[in-house]
Amino acid sequence: MKFTEEHEWLESDGDMVKVGITEYAAEQLGDIVFIELPDVGTSVTKGQEIVVIESVKAASDILAPLDGEITEINNAIVDDPSMVNNDPTGEAWFFKMSLKNQGELDGLMSEDEYKKHIE
Amino acid sequence: MTELKKTALYDLHRSLGAKAIPFAGYEMPVNYPLGIMKEHLYCRKSAGLFDVSHMGQLVISSNTQSMQFIASELEKLLPIDVLGLSEDRQRYGFLPNKEGGIIDDLMISNRGDYYFVVINASRKEIDFKYLRENISKEIDVDLIKTRALIAIQGPQSEKILSNLVGKLSSLKYLDVKNFSYKGEILWVSRSGYTGQDGFEISLPNSLCEVFCKNILNQDGVEPIGLGARDTLRLECGLCLYGQDLNETITPIEAGLKWAIQKVRRAGGEREGGFVGQKKILKQIEEQPYLKREAFFPDGKAPLRSGTKLFSDDKGKNEIGMITSGGYSPSLERPISMGYLNHNKFNIDEPIFGEVRNKFFSVTLTKLPFVPTSFKRN
Repeated sequence: MKFTEEHEWLESDGDMVKVGITEYAAEQLGDIVFIELPDVGTSVTKGQEIVVIESVKAASDILAPLDGEITEINNAIVDDPSMVNNDPTGEAWFFKMSLKNQGELDGLMSEDEYKKHIE
Repeated sequence: MTELKKTALYDLHRSLGAKAIPFAGYEMPVNYPLGIMKEHLYCRKSAGLFDVSHMGQLVISSNTQSMQFIASELEKLLPIDVLGLSEDRQRYGFLPNKEGGIIDDLMISNRGDYYFVVINASRKEIDFKYLRENISKEIDVDLIKTRALIAIQGPQSEKILSNLVGKLSSLKYLDVKNFSYKGEILWVSRSGYTGQDGFEISLPNSLCEVFCKNILNQDGVEPIGLGARDTLRLECGLCLYGQDLNETITPIEAGLKWAIQKVRRAGGEREGGFVGQKKILKQIEEQPYLKREAFFPDGKAPLRSGTKLFSDDKGKNEIGMITSGGYSPSLERPISMGYLNHNKFNIDEPIFGEVRNKFFSVTLTKLPFVPTSFKRN
């Protein structure tokens, strides 16, 4: 599993990567009540706001972790946003994407590096 | 940046694991480890303890003049019945400006030989200065800094508080009474801002932490942060100053006509005679075109404060704005309130809120979203 400074995790899944938010991010957001995911087939560039996530408290964005294309979305979390608070790194993944440049994944943080990042 | 002020419960909040945010110049708990949603639901079904010490507490008294004189002076500024407020009773009110806008909203109690007024944290310096400059010099206005203010709200609040201070059953909604605890005097009112039964307690700063610890040591009560305080008040349609009320919105537009007693309205015994009377009395007769309304967003997206409202999904005809909105933990759906300009809108037209350049339909509904449960008798 790889991590971004924006508190997303990425995991290789065949040719794709699965993307979600970290436990730390879910805890910081608080009770999540609304999620809007991008359409499948959307081309995204790193840093682009592609997911809207709202907690009881406030709205925030999730940014595309790398360049690529959205290939699958997890509608279960749209139906039940509280899944993200309960199982952020498991069942409550956000979307899968194909990467424009597969090698960029290696440039992201390891779990140890991410842990240091949030300390 | 100026340093944030701390309440007498700062250390207790930290020890309870509160997440702190800056609010009106204070470092205040937004939530505790339970989180906003569970805190909200806990308060609705059992009881919650709130630190509201950031709010202003005013004591208005006189060494030379009677309470009647003070009341008459206050009625020049407040459009409510102050003279008719009995000893140890509390009432909601507001300070209008000359144009009828609201300088602040407040709770006022008659304590026999002084008036006790609770005002909003963000407005206390403004209110204090305004009162000082506009009230007789024979009246003392004191913004007290030696007392904290806490609230215990929810169906179990009477039971929990009575374990510390004794029987509370004689106190009805908006009654006020002194109680003693460890040799100090507590000013207790049966009121609050969650729409539920509950109490607000003004007590010396030095006593506050031990009192709150002893409250929290009992079963059935959890500390509640400002996050859930906001969702609780919104469900019951209560206004938040700075969002739903401000200096350009009149009390009539805000739907607060009920707080202006008949004795102060046209034809009443003490009609008018208060700041802003021209606009306010006229609006009572004629109904303003701007009105505070309640909305259910049709989808799942919360429509929050600042969301513009249109009568079309293209953003052509702007008809109003959301001033408070979010997710209702009790109803498990988004709720909003805000202002509609009825000059630009017909009641049979659709309404859309614009968020992130998208248009979400909403349905007009009635306040409150969740019924209130005050102990009126």
